[in-house]
Amino acid sequence: MTRAVPGAAGVDAGPRRGARGFAAVWPPVAFGVGALVLWELLVRLLGVPAFLLPAPSAIAEQVVAQFSVMLSTASVTGGNALVGLVAGFLLGVVLALLAARSRVFGELVTPVVLAASAVPIVALSPVFTTMYGSATETPRRLVVTVVVTVPVFVATARGLRQVRPVHDELMTALAATPWQHARFVRLPGAVPHIMTGLRLAAPASVIASIVAEYFGGLQNGLGSRITAAAANTAYARAWAFVAASIALGLLFHLAGLLLERLVTRRRTA
Amino acid sequence: MQLAGVHKRFGEVHALDGIDLEIAAGEFVSLIGPSGCGKSTLLRVVADLEQPTSGTVQVGGKTPHQARLDQDYGIAFQQAGLLEWRSVVENVELPLHVHGVDKATRRARATELLELVGLAEFAGSRPSELSGGMQQRVAIARALAPSPRLLLMDEPFGALDEMTRERMQAELLRIARETEAAVLFVTHSIPEAVVLSDRVVVMSPRPGRITEVVTGERPGPDQDVDDVRESGAFFAAITAVREALRKGHG
Repeated sequence: MTRAVPGAAGVDAGPRRGARGFAAVWPPVAFGVGALVLWELLVRLLGVPAFLLPAPSAIAEQVVAQFSVMLSTASVTGGNALVGLVAGFLLGVVLALLAARSRVFGELVTPVVLAASAVPIVALSPVFTTMYGSATETPRRLVVTVVVTVPVFVATARGLRQVRPVHDELMTALAATPWQHARFVRLPGAVPHIMTGLRLAAPASVIASIVAEYFGGLQNGLGSRITAAAANTAYARAWAFVAASIALGLLFHLAGLLLERLVTRRRTA
Repeated sequence: MQLAGVHKRFGEVHALDGIDLEIAAGEFVSLIGPSGCGKSTLLRVVADLEQPTSGTVQVGGKTPHQARLDQDYGIAFQQAGLLEWRSVVENVELPLHVHGVDKATRRARATELLELVGLAEFAGSRPSELSGGMQQRVAIARALAPSPRLLLMDEPFGALDEMTRERMQAELLRIARETEAAVLFVTHSIPEAVVLSDRVVVMSPRPGRITEVVTGERPGPDQDVDDVRESGAFFAAITAVREALRKGHG
Protein backbone atom coordinates (compact mmCIF):
# COMPACT_ATOMS: atom_id res chain seq x y z
CA MET A 1 0.00 0.00 0.00
CA THR A 2 1.22 3.43 -0.86
CA ARG A 3 1.75 5.63 2.13
CA ALA A 4 2.24 9.36 2.21
CA VAL A 5 5.78 10.39 3.03
CA PRO A 6 5.54 12.84 5.95
CA GLY A 7 6.31 16.37 4.81
CA ALA A 8 6.00 15.46 1.14
CA ALA A 9 2.93 17.63 0.79
CA GLY A 10 5.06 20.64 1.68
CA VAL A 11 7.26 20.11 -1.37
CA ASP A 12 4.57 21.47 -3.68
CA ALA A 13 5.92 25.02 -3.55
CA GLY A 14 7.68 24.52 -6.89
CA PRO A 15 7.33 27.49 -9.25
CA ARG A 16 6.25 25.39 -12.22
CA ARG A 17 2.55 24.87 -12.78
CA GLY A 18 3.13 21.23 -13.74
CA ALA A 19 4.83 20.50 -10.43
CA ARG A 20 1.97 22.09 -8.51
CA GLY A 21 -0.60 20.19 -10.57
CA PHE A 22 1.15 16.94 -9.73
CA ALA A 23 1.27 17.83 -6.04
CA ALA A 24 -2.50 18.47 -6.09
CA VAL A 25 -3.25 15.25 -7.96
CA TRP A 26 -1.10 12.62 -6.31
CA PRO A 27 -2.72 12.41 -2.84
CA PRO A 28 -6.21 11.43 -4.11
CA VAL A 29 -4.67 9.10 -6.72
CA ALA A 30 -2.52 7.44 -4.06
CA PHE A 31 -5.55 7.15 -1.80
CA GLY A 32 -7.62 5.57 -4.58
CA VAL A 33 -4.90 3.07 -5.50
CA GLY A 34 -4.37 2.25 -1.82
CA ALA A 35 -8.09 1.65 -1.32
CA LEU A 36 -8.19 -0.68 -4.35
CA VAL A 37 -5.20 -2.67 -3.07
CA LEU A 38 -6.81 -2.95 0.39
CA TRP A 39 -10.11 -4.02 -1.19
CA GLU A 40 -8.34 -6.75 -3.25
CA LEU A 41 -6.46 -8.02 -0.20
CA LEU A 42 -9.55 -8.10 2.01
CA VAL A 43 -11.61 -9.98 -0.59
CA ARG A 44 -8.85 -12.57 -1.11
CA LEU A 45 -7.73 -13.03 2.47
CA LEU A 46 -11.22 -13.13 3.99
CA GLY A 47 -12.73 -15.08 1.07
CA VAL A 48 -15.61 -12.61 0.60
CA PRO A 49 -18.22 -14.24 -1.69
CA ALA A 50 -18.57 -12.59 -5.12
CA PHE A 51 -22.27 -11.69 -4.67
CA LEU A 52 -21.27 -9.63 -1.67
CA LEU A 53 -18.22 -7.96 -3.17
CA PRO A 54 -16.14 -9.07 -6.15
CA ALA A 55 -12.41 -8.33 -6.16
CA PRO A 56 -11.20 -5.33 -8.17
CA SER A 57 -9.10 -7.65 -10.30
CA ALA A 58 -12.22 -9.63 -11.28
CA ILE A 59 -14.04 -6.39 -12.11
CA ALA A 60 -11.07 -5.20 -14.18
CA GLU A 61 -11.14 -8.50 -16.09
CA GLN A 62 -14.78 -7.86 -16.95
CA VAL A 63 -14.00 -4.28 -17.98
CA VAL A 64 -11.49 -5.61 -20.50
CA ALA A 65 -13.79 -8.40 -21.70
CA GLN A 66 -16.85 -6.17 -22.04
CA PHE A 67 -15.06 -3.08 -23.28
CA SER A 68 -16.77 -2.79 -26.67
CA VAL A 69 -20.21 -3.42 -25.14
CA MET A 70 -19.37 -0.87 -22.51
CA LEU A 71 -18.54 1.76 -25.10
CA SER A 72 -21.74 1.17 -27.07
CA THR A 73 -24.00 1.13 -23.97
CA ALA A 74 -22.22 4.14 -22.49
CA SER A 75 -22.75 6.05 -25.72
CA VAL A 76 -26.48 5.23 -25.62
CA THR A 77 -26.82 6.29 -21.98
CA GLY A 78 -24.54 9.27 -22.49
CA GLY A 79 -26.42 10.24 -25.63
CA ASN A 80 -29.75 10.19 -23.77
CA ALA A 81 -28.21 12.20 -20.95
CA LEU A 82 -26.84 14.76 -23.43
CA VAL A 83 -30.11 15.13 -25.34
CA GLY A 84 -32.03 15.53 -22.07
CA LEU A 85 -29.39 17.90 -20.72
CA VAL A 86 -29.59 20.19 -23.73
CA ALA A 87 -33.40 20.08 -23.83
CA GLY A 88 -33.73 20.61 -20.07
CA PHE A 89 -31.17 23.41 -20.16
CA LEU A 90 -33.00 25.28 -22.91
CA LEU A 91 -36.35 24.68 -21.24
CA GLY A 92 -35.04 25.86 -17.87
CA VAL A 93 -33.52 29.05 -19.30
CA VAL A 94 -36.57 29.89 -21.42
CA LEU A 95 -39.02 29.27 -18.57
CA ALA A 96 -36.91 31.40 -16.23
CA LEU A 97 -36.77 34.20 -18.82
CA LEU A 98 -40.54 34.11 -19.26
CA ALA A 99 -41.05 33.97 -15.51
CA ALA A 100 -38.85 37.06 -15.09
CA ARG A 101 -40.64 38.81 -17.94
CA SER A 102 -44.22 38.30 -16.78
CA ARG A 103 -45.23 38.22 -13.14
CA VAL A 104 -48.35 36.19 -13.81
CA PHE A 105 -46.40 33.59 -15.74
CA GLY A 106 -43.73 33.56 -13.03
CA GLU A 107 -46.27 32.92 -10.31
CA LEU A 108 -47.84 30.18 -12.40
CA VAL A 109 -44.73 28.35 -13.47
CA THR A 110 -42.37 28.69 -10.49
CA PRO A 111 -44.34 26.41 -8.11
CA VAL A 112 -44.83 23.88 -10.90
CA VAL A 113 -41.11 23.69 -11.67
CA LEU A 114 -40.22 23.52 -7.98
CA ALA A 115 -42.80 20.77 -7.49
CA ALA A 116 -41.17 18.92 -10.38
CA SER A 117 -37.96 18.86 -8.33
CA ALA A 118 -39.84 16.83 -5.72
CA VAL A 119 -41.01 14.25 -8.26
CA PRO A 120 -38.83 11.16 -7.96
CA ILE A 121 -37.74 10.14 -11.45
CA VAL A 122 -38.55 6.58 -10.38
CA ALA A 123 -42.19 7.62 -10.42
CA LEU A 124 -42.01 9.19 -13.88
CA SER A 125 -40.05 6.57 -15.70
CA PRO A 126 -42.68 3.77 -16.04
CA VAL A 127 -45.35 6.35 -16.88
CA PHE A 128 -43.31 7.80 -19.74
CA THR A 129 -42.49 4.29 -20.95
CA THR A 130 -46.18 3.42 -21.27
CA MET A 131 -46.87 6.80 -22.86
CA TYR A 132 -44.23 6.61 -25.56
CA GLY A 133 -43.72 2.87 -25.88
CA SER A 134 -40.72 0.83 -24.87
CA ALA A 135 -39.07 0.89 -28.29
CA THR A 136 -37.92 4.52 -28.23
CA GLU A 137 -35.38 6.56 -26.30
CA THR A 138 -37.95 9.30 -25.70
CA PRO A 139 -39.11 8.27 -22.19
CA ARG A 140 -35.58 8.28 -20.79
CA ARG A 141 -34.74 11.58 -22.45
CA LEU A 142 -37.89 13.08 -20.97
CA VAL A 143 -36.90 11.92 -17.49
CA VAL A 144 -33.49 13.57 -17.91
CA THR A 145 -35.12 16.74 -19.23
CA VAL A 146 -37.32 17.02 -16.13
CA VAL A 147 -34.37 16.41 -13.83
CA VAL A 148 -32.20 19.02 -15.60
CA THR A 149 -34.85 21.73 -16.04
CA VAL A 150 -35.23 22.31 -12.30
CA PRO A 151 -31.68 23.33 -11.26
CA VAL A 152 -31.21 25.33 -14.48
CA PHE A 153 -34.51 27.15 -13.94
CA VAL A 154 -33.69 27.94 -10.31
CA ALA A 155 -30.16 29.14 -11.09
CA THR A 156 -31.27 31.22 -14.07
CA ALA A 157 -34.17 32.78 -12.20
CA ARG A 158 -31.79 33.75 -9.40
CA GLY A 159 -29.31 35.23 -11.88
CA LEU A 160 -32.02 37.21 -13.66
CA ARG A 161 -33.18 38.72 -10.37
CA GLN A 162 -29.70 39.97 -9.51
CA VAL A 163 -29.65 42.92 -11.86
CA ARG A 164 -27.89 45.96 -10.41
CA PRO A 165 -30.42 48.79 -9.93
CA VAL A 166 -28.16 51.19 -11.85
CA HIS A 167 -28.37 48.92 -14.91
CA ASP A 168 -32.16 48.82 -14.64
CA GLU A 169 -32.28 52.62 -14.46
CA LEU A 170 -29.91 52.92 -17.37
CA MET A 171 -31.95 50.66 -19.63
CA THR A 172 -35.11 52.55 -18.68
CA ALA A 173 -33.43 55.88 -19.43
CA LEU A 174 -32.30 54.49 -22.79
CA ALA A 175 -35.91 53.50 -23.58
CA ALA A 176 -34.87 49.88 -24.11
CA THR A 177 -37.64 47.41 -24.95
CA PRO A 178 -38.19 44.54 -22.50
CA TRP A 179 -36.50 42.20 -24.95
CA GLN A 180 -33.44 44.49 -25.23
CA HIS A 181 -33.41 44.74 -21.46
CA ALA A 182 -33.21 40.93 -21.28
CA ARG A 183 -30.66 40.62 -24.07
CA PHE A 184 -28.29 43.43 -23.06
CA VAL A 185 -28.46 43.28 -19.27
CA ARG A 186 -30.44 40.50 -17.63
CA LEU A 187 -29.24 37.53 -19.62
CA PRO A 188 -25.52 38.39 -19.76
CA GLY A 189 -25.63 39.27 -16.06
CA ALA A 190 -27.18 35.88 -15.30
CA VAL A 191 -24.65 33.87 -17.32
CA PRO A 192 -22.44 32.88 -14.35
CA HIS A 193 -25.53 31.63 -12.49
CA ILE A 194 -26.80 29.78 -15.56
CA MET A 195 -23.44 28.07 -15.99
CA THR A 196 -23.45 27.01 -12.33
CA GLY A 197 -26.89 25.50 -12.89
CA LEU A 198 -25.58 23.63 -15.93
CA ARG A 199 -22.57 22.33 -14.00
CA LEU A 200 -24.85 20.98 -11.25
CA ALA A 201 -27.26 19.50 -13.79
CA ALA A 202 -24.61 17.73 -15.91
CA PRO A 203 -23.80 14.76 -13.59
CA ALA A 204 -27.46 14.60 -12.51
CA SER A 205 -28.41 14.03 -16.15
CA VAL A 206 -26.25 10.88 -16.23
CA ILE A 207 -27.76 9.58 -12.99
CA ALA A 208 -31.27 10.20 -14.33
CA SER A 209 -30.42 8.54 -17.63
CA ILE A 210 -29.09 5.39 -15.90
CA VAL A 211 -31.82 5.08 -13.27
CA ALA A 212 -34.52 5.56 -15.91
CA GLU A 213 -33.20 2.42 -17.63
CA TYR A 214 -33.98 0.34 -14.53
CA PHE A 215 -37.69 0.59 -15.28
CA GLY A 216 -38.17 -1.07 -18.62
CA GLY A 217 -37.80 0.29 -22.11
CA LEU A 218 -34.91 -0.41 -24.47
CA GLN A 219 -32.18 -2.67 -23.06
CA ASN A 220 -29.27 -0.91 -24.73
CA GLY A 221 -27.80 1.31 -22.02
CA LEU A 222 -25.51 1.04 -18.99
CA GLY A 223 -28.37 0.83 -16.51
CA SER A 224 -30.04 -2.09 -18.22
CA ARG A 225 -26.67 -3.92 -18.39
CA ILE A 226 -26.22 -3.49 -14.65
CA THR A 227 -29.67 -4.98 -13.88
CA ALA A 228 -29.17 -7.76 -16.44
CA ALA A 229 -25.75 -8.75 -15.07
CA ALA A 230 -26.93 -8.64 -11.47
CA ALA A 231 -29.98 -10.76 -12.33
CA ASN A 232 -27.65 -13.31 -13.96
CA THR A 233 -25.43 -13.46 -10.87
CA ALA A 234 -22.58 -12.00 -12.95
CA TYR A 235 -21.60 -9.73 -10.12
CA ALA A 236 -18.17 -8.72 -11.40
CA ARG A 237 -19.78 -7.74 -14.71
CA ALA A 238 -22.43 -5.69 -12.92
CA TRP A 239 -19.67 -3.89 -11.05
CA ALA A 240 -17.77 -3.31 -14.27
CA PHE A 241 -20.78 -1.49 -15.70
CA VAL A 242 -21.14 0.45 -12.46
CA ALA A 243 -17.53 1.55 -12.98
CA ALA A 244 -18.39 2.63 -16.52
CA SER A 245 -21.36 4.60 -15.16
CA ILE A 246 -19.07 6.35 -12.71
CA ALA A 247 -16.69 7.19 -15.54
CA LEU A 248 -19.54 8.59 -17.62
CA GLY A 249 -20.82 10.67 -14.69
CA LEU A 250 -17.33 12.03 -14.09
CA LEU A 251 -16.99 12.88 -17.78
CA PHE A 252 -20.19 14.94 -17.68
CA HIS A 253 -19.17 16.58 -14.42
CA LEU A 254 -15.78 17.58 -15.82
CA ALA A 255 -17.30 18.81 -19.08
CA GLY A 256 -19.75 20.97 -17.11
CA LEU A 257 -16.96 22.30 -14.91
CA LEU A 258 -14.79 23.09 -17.92
CA LEU A 259 -17.61 24.88 -19.72
CA GLU A 260 -18.36 26.97 -16.62
CA ARG A 261 -14.69 27.90 -16.22
CA LEU A 262 -14.30 28.79 -19.89
CA VAL A 263 -17.36 31.02 -19.96
CA THR A 264 -16.64 32.84 -16.70
CA ARG A 265 -12.96 33.26 -17.52
CA ARG A 266 -13.73 34.80 -20.88
CA ARG A 267 -15.92 37.36 -19.14
CA THR A 268 -13.50 38.48 -16.48
CA ALA A 269 -10.41 38.42 -18.70
CA MET B 1 -35.79 72.45 -20.82
CA GLN B 2 -38.61 73.81 -18.71
CA LEU B 3 -40.26 72.93 -15.42
CA ALA B 4 -43.31 74.78 -14.14
CA GLY B 5 -44.98 74.30 -10.77
CA VAL B 6 -43.65 70.75 -10.36
CA HIS B 7 -44.75 68.90 -7.23
CA LYS B 8 -43.79 65.38 -6.31
CA ARG B 9 -45.16 63.34 -3.43
CA PHE B 10 -44.15 59.83 -2.41
CA GLY B 11 -47.14 58.87 -0.30
CA GLU B 12 -46.90 61.14 2.74
CA VAL B 13 -43.53 62.55 1.79
CA HIS B 14 -43.61 65.84 -0.05
CA ALA B 15 -40.38 65.69 -2.07
CA LEU B 16 -40.72 68.62 -4.45
CA ASP B 17 -42.77 71.73 -3.82
CA GLY B 18 -43.53 74.04 -6.73
CA ILE B 19 -40.34 73.89 -8.75
CA ASP B 20 -40.00 76.39 -11.60
CA LEU B 21 -36.80 76.06 -13.56
CA GLU B 22 -35.66 76.71 -17.08
CA ILE B 23 -32.38 75.71 -18.70
CA ALA B 24 -31.24 77.37 -21.92
CA ALA B 25 -29.42 75.54 -24.69
CA GLY B 26 -25.77 75.03 -23.79
CA GLU B 27 -26.30 76.21 -20.21
CA PHE B 28 -24.72 74.42 -17.25
CA VAL B 29 -26.98 74.35 -14.18
CA SER B 30 -26.16 72.67 -10.88
CA LEU B 31 -28.66 71.57 -8.25
CA ILE B 32 -27.33 71.71 -4.71
CA GLY B 33 -28.99 71.16 -1.37
CA PRO B 34 -28.97 69.01 1.75
CA SER B 35 -29.45 65.24 1.49
CA GLY B 36 -33.04 64.27 0.79
CA CYS B 37 -33.99 67.70 -0.56
CA GLY B 38 -35.28 66.17 -3.75
CA LYS B 39 -32.55 67.31 -6.14
CA SER B 40 -32.09 63.78 -7.48
CA THR B 41 -35.86 63.40 -7.69
CA LEU B 42 -36.00 66.58 -9.74
CA LEU B 43 -33.43 65.20 -12.16
CA ARG B 44 -35.31 61.90 -12.34
CA VAL B 45 -38.53 63.75 -13.15
CA VAL B 46 -36.78 65.42 -16.07
CA ALA B 47 -35.45 62.00 -17.14
CA ASP B 48 -38.95 60.47 -16.99
CA LEU B 49 -37.74 58.00 -14.36
CA GLU B 50 -40.28 59.54 -11.94
CA GLN B 51 -43.64 61.11 -12.72
CA PRO B 52 -44.44 64.52 -11.18
CA THR B 53 -47.56 64.56 -9.01
CA SER B 54 -48.51 67.88 -10.59
CA GLY B 55 -46.97 70.58 -12.78
CA THR B 56 -45.57 70.45 -16.28
CA VAL B 57 -42.17 69.42 -17.59
CA GLN B 58 -40.89 69.96 -21.09
CA VAL B 59 -37.62 68.73 -22.55
CA GLY B 60 -36.81 70.45 -25.83
CA GLY B 61 -40.50 71.14 -26.38
CA LYS B 62 -41.50 67.49 -25.78
CA THR B 63 -42.87 65.60 -22.82
CA PRO B 64 -40.11 63.89 -20.79
CA HIS B 65 -41.58 60.56 -21.90
CA GLN B 66 -41.19 61.40 -25.58
CA ALA B 67 -37.74 62.86 -24.94
CA ARG B 68 -36.70 59.61 -23.26
CA LEU B 69 -38.02 57.51 -26.15
CA ASP B 70 -36.15 59.75 -28.59
CA GLN B 71 -32.96 59.63 -26.49
CA ASP B 72 -32.93 63.42 -26.39
CA TYR B 73 -31.00 63.41 -23.14
CA GLY B 74 -27.94 61.55 -21.94
CA ILE B 75 -27.71 60.46 -18.34
CA ALA B 76 -24.88 59.58 -15.93
CA PHE B 77 -25.35 58.28 -12.41
CA GLN B 78 -23.15 58.26 -9.31
CA GLN B 79 -22.14 54.72 -10.20
CA ALA B 80 -20.68 54.38 -13.68
CA GLY B 81 -22.89 51.31 -14.14
CA LEU B 82 -20.87 49.89 -17.02
CA LEU B 83 -21.80 46.43 -18.28
CA GLU B 84 -18.78 44.37 -17.26
CA TRP B 85 -19.31 41.76 -20.00
CA ARG B 86 -18.93 44.41 -22.70
CA SER B 87 -15.69 46.05 -23.71
CA VAL B 88 -15.24 49.77 -23.07
CA VAL B 89 -16.11 50.74 -26.65
CA GLU B 90 -19.17 48.45 -26.62
CA ASN B 91 -20.35 50.15 -23.44
CA VAL B 92 -20.17 53.53 -25.14
CA GLU B 93 -22.10 52.08 -28.08
CA LEU B 94 -24.92 50.81 -25.85
CA PRO B 95 -27.42 53.69 -26.34
CA LEU B 96 -26.94 53.50 -30.12
CA HIS B 97 -27.18 49.71 -30.02
CA VAL B 98 -30.51 50.02 -28.18
CA HIS B 99 -31.71 52.42 -30.85
CA GLY B 100 -30.81 50.07 -33.67
CA VAL B 101 -27.93 52.09 -35.16
CA ASP B 102 -25.83 49.88 -37.44
CA LYS B 103 -22.55 48.53 -36.14
CA ALA B 104 -20.14 50.54 -38.29
CA THR B 105 -21.81 53.86 -37.47
CA ARG B 106 -22.01 53.23 -33.74
CA ARG B 107 -18.42 51.99 -33.59
CA ALA B 108 -17.22 55.15 -35.36
CA ARG B 109 -19.21 57.37 -32.99
CA ALA B 110 -18.02 55.48 -29.89
CA THR B 111 -14.39 55.68 -31.01
CA GLU B 112 -14.78 59.44 -31.52
CA LEU B 113 -16.27 59.80 -28.01
CA LEU B 114 -13.53 57.73 -26.39
CA GLU B 115 -11.06 60.14 -27.97
CA LEU B 116 -13.08 63.03 -26.55
CA VAL B 117 -12.82 61.62 -23.01
CA GLY B 118 -9.17 60.63 -23.56
CA LEU B 119 -9.63 56.86 -23.37
CA ALA B 120 -9.12 55.87 -27.01
CA GLU B 121 -6.38 53.39 -26.11
CA PHE B 122 -8.72 51.51 -23.74
CA ALA B 123 -11.43 50.83 -26.33
CA GLY B 124 -10.87 47.07 -26.21
CA SER B 125 -10.39 46.84 -22.42
CA ARG B 126 -12.88 45.46 -19.92
CA PRO B 127 -14.45 47.99 -17.53
CA SER B 128 -12.92 46.12 -14.56
CA GLU B 129 -9.45 47.01 -15.84
CA LEU B 130 -10.19 50.75 -15.48
CA SER B 131 -9.95 53.00 -12.43
CA GLY B 132 -13.08 54.59 -10.97
CA GLY B 133 -12.41 57.93 -12.66
CA MET B 134 -11.83 56.26 -16.02
CA GLN B 135 -15.04 54.23 -15.66
CA GLN B 136 -16.95 57.44 -14.99
CA ARG B 137 -15.43 58.99 -18.13
CA VAL B 138 -16.67 55.97 -20.09
CA ALA B 139 -20.12 56.51 -18.56
CA ILE B 140 -20.04 60.15 -19.69
CA ALA B 141 -18.98 59.10 -23.20
CA ARG B 142 -21.89 56.64 -23.18
CA ALA B 143 -24.29 59.41 -22.12
CA LEU B 144 -23.04 61.52 -25.03
CA ALA B 145 -23.38 58.77 -27.64
CA PRO B 146 -26.77 59.83 -29.09
CA SER B 147 -25.48 63.46 -29.30
CA PRO B 148 -28.03 64.69 -26.74
CA ARG B 149 -28.81 68.38 -26.36
CA LEU B 150 -29.20 67.80 -22.63
CA LEU B 151 -26.95 65.92 -20.25
CA LEU B 152 -28.40 64.83 -16.88
CA MET B 153 -25.78 64.01 -14.25
CA ASP B 154 -26.64 62.69 -10.79
CA GLU B 155 -23.56 63.17 -8.60
CA PRO B 156 -21.34 61.53 -11.21
CA PHE B 157 -18.13 62.38 -9.32
CA GLY B 158 -19.49 61.65 -5.83
CA ALA B 159 -17.49 58.44 -5.44
CA LEU B 160 -14.16 59.82 -6.66
CA ASP B 161 -11.26 61.15 -4.62
CA GLU B 162 -10.66 64.91 -4.57
CA MET B 163 -7.76 64.98 -7.05
CA THR B 164 -9.54 62.81 -9.60
CA ARG B 165 -12.67 64.82 -9.04
CA GLU B 166 -11.00 68.13 -9.93
CA ARG B 167 -9.50 66.60 -13.06
CA MET B 168 -12.90 65.22 -14.04
CA GLN B 169 -14.48 68.64 -13.53
CA ALA B 170 -12.00 70.16 -15.97
CA GLU B 171 -12.72 67.31 -18.41
CA LEU B 172 -16.47 67.83 -18.12
CA LEU B 173 -16.13 71.57 -18.74
CA ARG B 174 -14.15 70.88 -21.90
CA ILE B 175 -16.65 68.23 -23.06
CA ALA B 176 -19.65 70.46 -22.36
CA ARG B 177 -18.00 73.25 -24.34
CA GLU B 178 -17.13 71.00 -27.29
CA THR B 179 -20.54 69.31 -27.46
CA GLU B 180 -22.48 72.52 -26.64
CA ALA B 181 -24.92 70.37 -24.65
CA ALA B 182 -26.91 71.82 -21.77
CA VAL B 183 -26.13 70.13 -18.45
CA LEU B 184 -28.27 69.58 -15.36
CA PHE B 185 -25.84 68.53 -12.65
CA VAL B 186 -26.74 67.28 -9.16
CA THR B 187 -23.99 67.60 -6.56
CA HIS B 188 -23.26 67.83 -2.83
CA SER B 189 -20.14 69.86 -3.34
CA ILE B 190 -20.33 73.64 -3.25
CA PRO B 191 -16.98 74.29 -5.01
CA GLU B 192 -17.89 71.74 -7.67
CA ALA B 193 -21.22 73.45 -8.34
CA VAL B 194 -19.58 76.89 -8.50
CA VAL B 195 -16.69 76.00 -10.77
CA LEU B 196 -18.85 74.10 -13.28
CA SER B 197 -22.01 76.11 -13.51
CA ASP B 198 -23.50 79.13 -15.18
CA ARG B 199 -26.13 79.02 -12.45
CA VAL B 200 -26.21 77.20 -9.11
CA VAL B 201 -29.73 76.33 -8.00
CA VAL B 202 -29.88 76.06 -4.21
CA MET B 203 -32.63 73.92 -2.72
CA SER B 204 -34.12 73.78 0.76
CA PRO B 205 -34.60 70.66 2.89
CA ARG B 206 -37.77 68.67 2.29
CA PRO B 207 -40.17 69.65 0.86
CA GLY B 208 -37.65 70.67 -1.80
CA ARG B 209 -38.02 74.27 -2.96
CA ILE B 210 -35.66 76.48 -4.89
CA THR B 211 -34.51 79.02 -2.32
CA GLU B 212 -32.00 80.92 -4.41
CA VAL B 213 -30.16 80.90 -7.72
CA VAL B 214 -26.51 81.95 -7.51
CA THR B 215 -24.43 82.86 -10.56
CA GLY B 216 -21.63 80.34 -10.93
CA GLU B 217 -18.06 80.87 -12.12
CA ARG B 218 -18.01 78.55 -15.14
CA PRO B 219 -14.76 79.37 -16.98
CA GLY B 220 -14.98 80.79 -20.49
CA PRO B 221 -13.20 79.16 -23.47
CA ASP B 222 -9.94 81.06 -22.84
CA GLN B 223 -9.99 80.68 -19.04
CA ASP B 224 -8.09 78.07 -17.05
CA VAL B 225 -10.14 76.13 -14.46
CA ASP B 226 -7.38 76.27 -11.89
CA ASP B 227 -7.20 80.06 -12.20
CA VAL B 228 -10.93 80.20 -11.56
CA ARG B 229 -10.51 77.97 -8.49
CA GLU B 230 -8.07 80.50 -7.05
CA SER B 231 -10.00 83.66 -7.96
CA GLY B 232 -11.78 85.94 -5.52
CA ALA B 233 -15.03 85.69 -7.49
CA PHE B 234 -14.94 81.91 -7.02
CA PHE B 235 -14.70 82.23 -3.23
CA ALA B 236 -17.35 84.94 -3.21
CA ALA B 237 -19.72 82.63 -5.11
CA ILE B 238 -18.96 79.76 -2.70
CA THR B 239 -19.83 82.04 0.21
CA ALA B 240 -23.05 83.10 -1.52
CA VAL B 241 -24.10 79.45 -2.05
CA ARG B 242 -23.23 78.57 1.54
CA GLU B 243 -25.28 81.51 2.83
CA ALA B 244 -28.19 80.44 0.65
CA LEU B 245 -27.99 76.88 1.97
CA ARG B 246 -27.96 78.14 5.56
CA LYS B 247 -30.96 80.39 4.89
CA GLY B 248 -32.79 77.41 3.42
CA HIS B 249 -32.36 75.61 6.72
CA GLY B 250 -34.26 78.50 8.38
